[in-house]
Amino acid sequence: MRIALFVTCLADSLFPEAARATVTVLERLGHEVVFPTAQTCCGQMHTNTGYQGHALGLVEHHVTTFERALDEGAEAVVAPSGSCVGSVRHQHAMVARRAGDEALAQRAERVAEQTFELSELLVDRLGVTDVGASFPHRVTYHPTCHSLRMLRVGDKPLQLLREVRGIDLVELPAADECCGFGGTFAMKNADTSTAMLSDKVTHVRETRAAVLTAGDASCLMHMGGGLRHQRTGVRTMHLAEILASTDGAGAVS
Amino acid sequence: MSTYLGMPSRRVQEPSSPIQGVRDFPAAARQALGDSVLRRNLGHATSVIRGKRAAVVGEVPDWEALRDSAEAIKTETMARLPELLEQLEANVTAAGGTVHWARDADEANRIVTELVRATGETEVVKVKSMATQEIGLNEHLEDEGITAYETDLAELIVQLAEDQPSHILVPAIHLSRTEIREVFATRMPGVDPLLTSEPRALAMAARTYLRELFLRAKVGVSGANFAVAETGTLTVVESEGNGRMCLTLPETLITVMGIEKVLPRWRDLEVFLQLLPRSSTGERMNPYTTFWTGTTGHTEGTTGPDGPKEFHLVLLDNGRTDVLADEVGRAALHCIRCSACLNVCPVYERTGGHSYGSVYPGPIGAILSPQLTGLTGDSVNDSLPYASSLCGACYDVCPVKIDIPSILVDLRARHVEAQQSRTGLRVPSPEAVAMAAAAYVMRDEKRFAAATRSMRWGRPFMKDGHLRGPLSSVMTGWSSSRDVPTLPDQTFREWWAERESGGHGG
Ligand code: SF4
Repeated sequence: MRIALFVTCLADSLFPEAARATVTVLERLGHEVVFPTAQTCCGQMHTNTGYQGHALGLVEHHVTTFERALDEGAEAVVAPSGSCVGSVRHQHAMVARRAGDEALAQRAERVAEQTFELSELLVDRLGVTDVGASFPHRVTYHPTCHSLRMLRVGDKPLQLLREVRGIDLVELPAADECCGFGGTFAMKNADTSTAMLSDKVTHVRETRAAVLTAGDASCLMHMGGGLRHQRTGVRTMHLAEILASTDGAGAVS
Repeated sequence: MSTYLGMPSRRVQEPSSPIQGVRDFPAAARQALGDSVLRRNLGHATSVIRGKRAAVVGEVPDWEALRDSAEAIKTETMARLPELLEQLEANVTAAGGTVHWARDADEANRIVTELVRATGETEVVKVKSMATQEIGLNEHLEDEGITAYETDLAELIVQLAEDQPSHILVPAIHLSRTEIREVFATRMPGVDPLLTSEPRALAMAARTYLRELFLRAKVGVSGANFAVAETGTLTVVESEGNGRMCLTLPETLITVMGIEKVLPRWRDLEVFLQLLPRSSTGERMNPYTTFWTGTTGHTEGTTGPDGPKEFHLVLLDNGRTDVLADEVGRAALHCIRCSACLNVCPVYERTGGHSYGSVYPGPIGAILSPQLTGLTGDSVNDSLPYASSLCGACYDVCPVKIDIPSILVDLRARHVEAQQSRTGLRVPSPEAVAMAAAAYVMRDEKRFAAATRSMRWGRPFMKDGHLRGPLSSVMTGWSSSRDVPTLPDQTFREWWAERESGGHGG
């Protein structure tokens, strides 16, 4: 299958390892990954902060970019982020309609229908849970709010993680509680966000995991910032990075 | 830190109105977050209710279908509101009641005051009610020389403490048992000074105190959970039975109800009476559900009168028509005040009800209060739609399926629009400038690629994982408790370009 990568602005600029890992996993499974270089940002930050006027231009740009990719033979769009896929699926048409642009709304809906978060693409569209990964470490998984409640990915990420060779997967207490990121919420309501983060960090420590993983680079940046700030020694890794890993697997590649 | 010397009141602000505080959310929250007793009380109470709710909701196989029905009934109600209200008025009147229409809080307060005056009484007993809190009825009556006694246990505690309610269902959720004992021991007339903080002892003390009020009172004041248009029947759903006392013993009953509480049909109650108790108290069925239709209870009883001789229904608008006019925001009027969204909200759990500055706290407060008072671009309530990480836990539990996160996002847009039209051509806010600049850069891939490349030039601004220099002031709130990520050597698109040109194996 030809798959267009929607890298997300955050992974592109700050967490390219998550995006590279997404490419690695898909190519290892025999798929062709294309990267539409015109892509920039889905506009979620603008939408969620109230600047829908500005978001509109970004939505237009995103839709045009990925519409072209689909027209050129891509059968699906994948992003290593539940939040950005959530924005594409639940906000793009809404932003267009609010601005009175019904044509754009319909184009956005077409792109949204073909856009998947990584675990959705792997489990639902490609029908795999074993991606040939190996990662012999103690790991705990935080289901990010948007993948959990906007996309309803359910236990798909866990299905994928359970198949990883050597992994010691431990359950995170109060896993489905928000880590406190919420985009500009973390700045506008920094104190409340910090209170939420500190509870999350406490739960991560309770698991004694060496690695905290999630499907969103943004939430990982937030939780990782807290974990490092408190010198916990816990690393954060995107789900894609674990799925791409062949750590200690010898010949597997 | 609060101490237990004197009154344990945590009133953080003198509200400028019952639905709008004087400080914006971040400022009020900052103070609440520092109160470790409050954090512990709330964290414990919300997690207990959350657990109970989850257990009893899990038992209902058609829960999702019930939510869908509730949403459909509420949507229908909003579409037919004028017609249904007229039907309700006709049926209440036919059953011996009198209906009054109040455009705003002042009008509602005036109507109730005149009705109480006409009875010649100077005290009323009250059923727990959000509508009367919303209009500040008790305070108004007090100014007019009429004493209003709250009879719901938690409401009574808050009233005696001269505190503000901090939760829709459990107004004293922010207080511990020790603090409640303090309130009773110092403020409740005729209380045993040796009162302990044991729950039963507290309940018995309240009971003794309230019983006398019930037997004495000639006027009851209530809200209503639902009103059925086709029959003119009103309902109050409660746990303690104190509401039933107020609804049946006094000679005159005055009910203040928001216009959105009407339901088209008697049968609709089937849906809501299943959803409400499980969502709010985590009970399968609440112990007391009182129905009354005008004054028919008084005249029809075979074993003597049961229910008030005189009944008045005050239908309150107070901003609701404006909310109804907004296509997205109007779903906030579907709320049945179960408070499930408060109990699951990670923001509410940590900041408490007072931080919202309104009698409607938590997620529902964040979408309802600013719509009732109006988004102006610079009001205190404009900060409420931002008091959420958009985690969506509220939407999941809401029994009437209000998409709270989407409404929050829409209200944020309305806030920015109001701000822009207010400032007009004058200087836009620093945030608006930053957002415009970011959108300009992100609309074009060349500008975007250049910007991400140049982020690396920002490295000299970083030291030991912390920001230095000009960037740091913008990011302080965030970076004081989180280390900022280190910048990669290569953006993804640079890596991809290199790979495509055969730069490395890939
Ligand atoms: S918004 Fe929904 S969950 Fe919240 S109080 Fe109202 S009905 Fe209950």
